[in-house]
Amino acid sequence: MNGNDAYISIRNVSKFFGTFQAIDDVSLDIAGGEFFSLLGASGSGKTTLLSMLAGFEPATQGDIFIDGQSMDSVPPNHRPVNTVFQNYAIFPHLNVRDNIAYGLRKAQLPRAKRYEMVDEMLELIKLPGYGTRKAHELSGGQRQRIALARALILRPKVLLLDEPLGALDKQLREQMQLELRLLQRKVGITFVFVTHDQEEALALSDRIAVMQGGRVLQVDTPAGLYESPNSRAVASFIGNMNFFPGKLRRNGTAGAVVETEGLGSLRLPQAPNGQPDGARVQVALRPEKFDLSVTKPDDRPSVEGRLANAAYMGERSHFYIAIDGREEPVAVSAQNRLRFGAPPGSEGKLWLSWSADAVVVLDAE
Amino acid sequence: MSAPTFLRRPNRVLSVYAILFLVALYFPILLIPLFSFNDSIYVRFPLEGFTTEWFGQLWDRQPVWDSLWASVKVGLPVSILSTTLGVLAARSITRDRVPGRSAVVTFIMLPLVIPTLIFGVALLALLSRLGVPLSLYTVAFGHLIVCLPFSVATLLPRFEGFDRSLEQASADLGENGWWTFWRVTFPLVMPGIVASLLLTFTISFDEFIMAFFLSGNETTLPIYLWTQLRFPQQFPSVLALASLLILFSLPLILIGMWISRLGLHENTTKGAKT
Ligand SMILES: Nc1ncnc2c1ncn2[C@@H]1O[C@H](COP(=O)(O)OP(=O)(O)O)[C@@H](O)[C@H]1O
Ligand SMILES: [Mg+2]
Repeated sequence: MNGNDAYISIRNVSKFFGTFQAIDDVSLDIAGGEFFSLLGASGSGKTTLLSMLAGFEPATQGDIFIDGQSMDSVPPNHRPVNTVFQNYAIFPHLNVRDNIAYGLRKAQLPRAKRYEMVDEMLELIKLPGYGTRKAHELSGGQRQRIALARALILRPKVLLLDEPLGALDKQLREQMQLELRLLQRKVGITFVFVTHDQEEALALSDRIAVMQGGRVLQVDTPAGLYESPNSRAVASFIGNMNFFPGKLRRNGTAGAVVETEGLGSLRLPQAPNGQPDGARVQVALRPEKFDLSVTKPDDRPSVEGRLANAAYMGERSHFYIAIDGREEPVAVSAQNRLRFGAPPGSEGKLWLSWSADAVVVLDAE
Repeated sequence: MSAPTFLRRPNRVLSVYAILFLVALYFPILLIPLFSFNDSIYVRFPLEGFTTEWFGQLWDRQPVWDSLWASVKVGLPVSILSTTLGVLAARSITRDRVPGRSAVVTFIMLPLVIPTLIFGVALLALLSRLGVPLSLYTVAFGHLIVCLPFSVATLLPRFEGFDRSLEQASADLGENGWWTFWRVTFPLVMPGIVASLLLTFTISFDEFIMAFFLSGNETTLPIYLWTQLRFPQQFPSVLALASLLILFSLPLILIGMWISRLGLHENTTKGAKT
């Protein structure tokens, strides 16, 4: 994406609280209509970045543009964004209808029109007839939807959501994820969605920015992040990953080879950019990219190993395979396709194989 | 919920104790209205007959009206000022990161536990030292000290239960500072303000010790009542006056306490049902 069609543009933004730097030189471009997620552990600066977008906190350095306009001196009440707060911030003294209609005061609509709009929103969030309920009569999931409706009724250009599903139990959360995604498609508003849950980010987002310690480590599509992480931090934050230290050998135009501890010599289909010949690197392979077999496969790279441990997870099982030249066993994940399938090679030796294009080469730490 | 659990099982001994305690506490007070309608200047059983004469006497007595008016002149400004200061204190205690927060709270609450007598004497000594003449102003000043802890205690839970993100949400939904105060902050702390006004007015209206030390020529109602105790034949009308004070103060206090609890449980967004 080039900077011109970015709807939200965050330019070299830093934020200090006293001497503590909460945001460190972040630049992001978010397209109109995009479902964009900020993913990071607690304390990584997600809320801080969001509140700078909403205008509650000024940026110490840098600029934020929304729809081409600098937000520098624009107070929260004049920004074209609305927020769904981490704790929902439902007004306790107002009923559901007045909560949802809160932002409509300035529009000076007749009451009937206002109520009609609220009823439409209640329809959209699947809580029809809830208008006269009191705030304290609502469950967590209902509060979350009302916070959503209260923001959406103003037809903002951007909706900021700060861990909106964090307080919900697992089942409700999964249901709300689906609804949130459908809703975003329906209303076509740009969503900036904060979460610390990587599965949630992968399931919902068009693109994700992975944050750590106030910095953005990588911005990519869910598949891009998962399959091509640019660092060990990203690779281990999203999903599970096996790392094998090694040394890069470039063979001119013929490609490259990584000599790893454990997996032997790995021929890379494409030479990686960046690292010079002889550089220390690490090879990353996801558990599900491995296959286990009793006989040595002849069409793909493989090493011999022993089953050290196994965990049955229902839909799949985790196997831990000990191999020579490596202390830590390799984690392998396999679908349990057969109802009564015994773990492969539980009797002793087995072969660990992978496809050459699953190999990710990262800088050594 | 309805089945008594181990912890909620009714405890008979405790109930009896509670009833005895309440009777001992309120029985003397109940005697006051009883004897104020008794047709005798002596407070003793058996009762002799029903009369409203003592109330009539009060009605015709100018000093009663003067001291009533003095009490109102003290009580109204005291309650307003004390509540205003209480709002400011509660707000800054809960919002700003005050260093030594609990020390500040303790300091404000201190007059609750220091005997008013000590405060009264100290203030009197200070004022006479400074050459300030005693008047209703000095009484009001004393009452302010007595009332402020009650204001803060009534208002603090309001502000403590107040979620900062509600004001942010209001700004986020397009309202400026003034409208945010009017539509969110004020309605949420309003019950506390009303309760504080009612409580502090009643406290000032009934307060004796400060008024005793700090009054000038004009006296408040409790002081007037006390001066009348010297005349035995006035005693029934003193009882009548006391009855009126009870009749007036009790509802005010009860309403104040009821309002101060109003909606407090709705105010905590985190305690939501899930
Ligand atoms: N108002 C503040 N004053 C001081 N430090 C703050 C403030 N707000 C956030 N921080 C700090 O900034 C860091 C990032 O916080 P936050 O943005 O809330 O993280 P996240 O939302 O990713 O959990 C944390 O270390 C937090 O302690
Ligand atoms: Mg946060």
